[in-house]
Amino acid sequence: MLSVNSNFPEYAVPGAKQVRFEPYADNGGSVVAIAGEDYAVIGADTRLSTGFSIYTREQKKLFKLSERTVLGATGCWCDTLTLTRLLQARMQMYEHEHNKAMTTPAVAQMLSTMLYYKRFFPYYVSNILAGLDADGKGCIYSYDPIGHCERSTYRAGGSAGAQLQPLLDNQIGLKNMQNVTEAPVPKEKALALLKDVFISAAERDIYTGDCIYIIIITANGIQEEKFELRKD
Amino acid sequence: MAFMGDMISPSPLWQNGPSPGAFYNFPGNSNHGPLSHINQDFRAHSAAPITTTTTVIGIKFDKGCVIAADTLGSYGSLARFRDCPRVLKVNDLILLGSGGDYADYQYLRDIIEQKIIDEQCIGDGLQLKPKSLHCWLTRVLYNKRSKMDPLWSNYVVAGIQDGEPFLGAVDKLGTAYEDAAIATGMGAYMATPLLRDVLDKGPLNEESAKALARKCMEVLYYRDARSFPRYQLGVVTAAGVTVEEPTEIGQNWTLAHMIHMK
Amino acid sequence: MAEIEQGTFGLQVKHLTPEPPTLYKSVIPVKHNPSIIIKSKFIITQLSHRDLGWKILHRILKVYIIIRQFVKLSEVNKFRNQYDSDVTVWSPQGRLHQVEYAMEAVKLGSATVGLKSKQFAVLIALKRAVSELSAYQKKIIPIDDHIGISISGLTADARMLSRFMRTECLNYRYSHDAQMPVGRLIALVGNKMQICTQRYDKRPLGVGLLVAGYDDQGPHIYQTCPSANFFDCRAMAIGARSQSARTYLEKHLNTFMDCDLQQLVAHGLRALRDTLPNEVELNTKNVSIAIVGPKTPLRVSDETELARFLSLVEGEERRGGSGSATGDAGPADRATGDDRDPQPAVAMDTE
Repeated sequence: MLSVNSNFPEYAVPGAKQVRFEPYADNGGSVVAIAGEDYAVIGADTRLSTGFSIYTREQKKLFKLSERTVLGATGCWCDTLTLTRLLQARMQMYEHEHNKAMTTPAVAQMLSTMLYYKRFFPYYVSNILAGLDADGKGCIYSYDPIGHCERSTYRAGGSAGAQLQPLLDNQIGLKNMQNVTEAPVPKEKALALLKDVFISAAERDIYTGDCIYIIIITANGIQEEKFELRKD
Repeated sequence: MAFMGDMISPSPLWQNGPSPGAFYNFPGNSNHGPLSHINQDFRAHSAAPITTTTTVIGIKFDKGCVIAADTLGSYGSLARFRDCPRVLKVNDLILLGSGGDYADYQYLRDIIEQKIIDEQCIGDGLQLKPKSLHCWLTRVLYNKRSKMDPLWSNYVVAGIQDGEPFLGAVDKLGTAYEDAAIATGMGAYMATPLLRDVLDKGPLNEESAKALARKCMEVLYYRDARSFPRYQLGVVTAAGVTVEEPTEIGQNWTLAHMIHMK
Repeated sequence: MAEIEQGTFGLQVKHLTPEPPTLYKSVIPVKHNPSIIIKSKFIITQLSHRDLGWKILHRILKVYIIIRQFVKLSEVNKFRNQYDSDVTVWSPQGRLHQVEYAMEAVKLGSATVGLKSKQFAVLIALKRAVSELSAYQKKIIPIDDHIGISISGLTADARMLSRFMRTECLNYRYSHDAQMPVGRLIALVGNKMQICTQRYDKRPLGVGLLVAGYDDQGPHIYQTCPSANFFDCRAMAIGARSQSARTYLEKHLNTFMDCDLQQLVAHGLRALRDTLPNEVELNTKNVSIAIVGPKTPLRVSDETELARFLSLVEGEERRGGSGSATGDAGPADRATGDDRDPQPAVAMDTE
């Protein structure tokens, strides 16, 4: 077969390259969650972008799954939408079957299973689940796209996750600190830290910005908060 | 590519020269050499759009939404079809605009229209709402992308959701979002900044939203090489949906003094 | 052979509606003529060893079918009615006995009442305990945030139906991000229930539902029957002795629309109380209430709320006497004539 490029290189034209269909998109966004003794806070920025353009500046990426469980999800937005819809349907089925709402650890386990179910065509989503466990203690679960699940007390994820995690390690995990005593993080400190951390993320990461949408989960229910970030 | 067949390499007749069409950017031969054959994944059925349309613009105003889109169907760089309407009245609550592959839009349009007819046949007086259609489109497009057989088009859904204006977009992957201003295709780069500038100054009324849409269509006509001076404008308010007949952009090329007319 | 005979059988039924059923008898025995069986056996013995294979299997199957039909018919004859062997058999009066028997199953369940005002739809059900040792049987099943059902009849059938309804609601929510319109869900349920009234290998569901729901068109009460009929109601009662409740509801029908929630529930409780025997009273253990309305997702009342509602009708004088002991069918008006086929006293045993 004759082809212009291989047989007549002098005639080759730099036409538009036809790209293979790419089923994934990177829509950016960061999530940070911090758990305390009797609360959990989770925040995510509200910028939804692709490449150098911003789809919208007010996309909430936190999903209230129940009165004591909130999921933050970033990455491929179409996968996020599908995953959270399925998750909500599965939670309603659980509630119908068992006559009670799912606990946060139960949701965490189910999410892991649902992610691994798509092991060979994964949901390209970075999930962080925050909530109160059966004892009322704050808990954070973080995932990789194919279902690895880990419980912790603080976690950063998404496009600026790698930049934010060390900061949290230092400030909350008290890593590489001298002469410090471990003490539970009060809610106010967690909230202030969460905002600080996002301000620095917005400085460095073009996929993080516009606004943070914060959810505070306590035994009294769910509170919401908004905090402006830079919009460039 | 399949439909261009052997035209790309008609060995005995056409030698020592560029293959026909090689200098033009047609959808079928935009990728030269054996690469185009390797590139096609065996699962990918429609790996590229063929007849394409460009930007759709959607703007929310205080009592409704407008959608604007031109009527050109491009065949690669060729302005092939000049009357491709793509602003659709779905029902009394929903206005739909589409960009990208025109055949995929027509396919989905037929399904949506049948969906509406089926609903009217039930006769319970309920009408599909924009949020539902938006979600439904997301599911359809996501399922197609998951089969690696995407419908290569974007959709802008505008309407009245329980008395409030609704404006949302879905792309070929099933990425869905809502916003007060939406522009797809080239418009995402050229119209979105214009729209956001105006909307940041406060909410619009119907007249100013329409004027803004017309302004964007004009800018896009001057700047987007795949655009066209005829466009349609649709408006949805609580009073219903209207889609205008295509209108012409008044052209003024005097600013391009390097071009000598006549 | 069996096919040919069934063909003739069907043909004769067509022409025979007003004729006395004697003609059938002349046809049916042919089907079970022992000579046919003998003939089949004869054919089997005739087969050479080489041909023994699926042909034999085929023959054995045919023989088995014939024997089965024979056995089946003798059972039916024992049971008073020859047109109720399965749902696909019409009676000369144009009735499907199996379906009508299934309608009877609804009356075996305890009573339940549904009614609505301009804003709210309410379900009130009387729960029964199978024995002293068991808990009260659940009567109200939540379907979605905006739909709940109350059941009477075979609980297991209701569970299957509720599962179907839940799945439909979830699917609608998944694909349309909205609550399923109540009327459309009921239409789906109706279609599902109809299938088993038309196929010989299925049986009609033995359960009646009262569906309470709230959507863009306001509150709804629907009734569904095993006959796959469904009705859009302002108020309805089904189950054992429910005629008394319907009498109460009919009497006060015009006041319901303007009731507030308290009054509406009170009416429902009074209607339900009318179905009780004199010695039984409504209490927080044997009553179940579900409410749905604008900005009020479906809620099955807890014990404190039940007590509050029950106090609304406490101490009121009960309407004299208990209702008819049988609890007649709801809207399915039955023809009562001399030509009526014998009715079984109990079509299905639920215990």
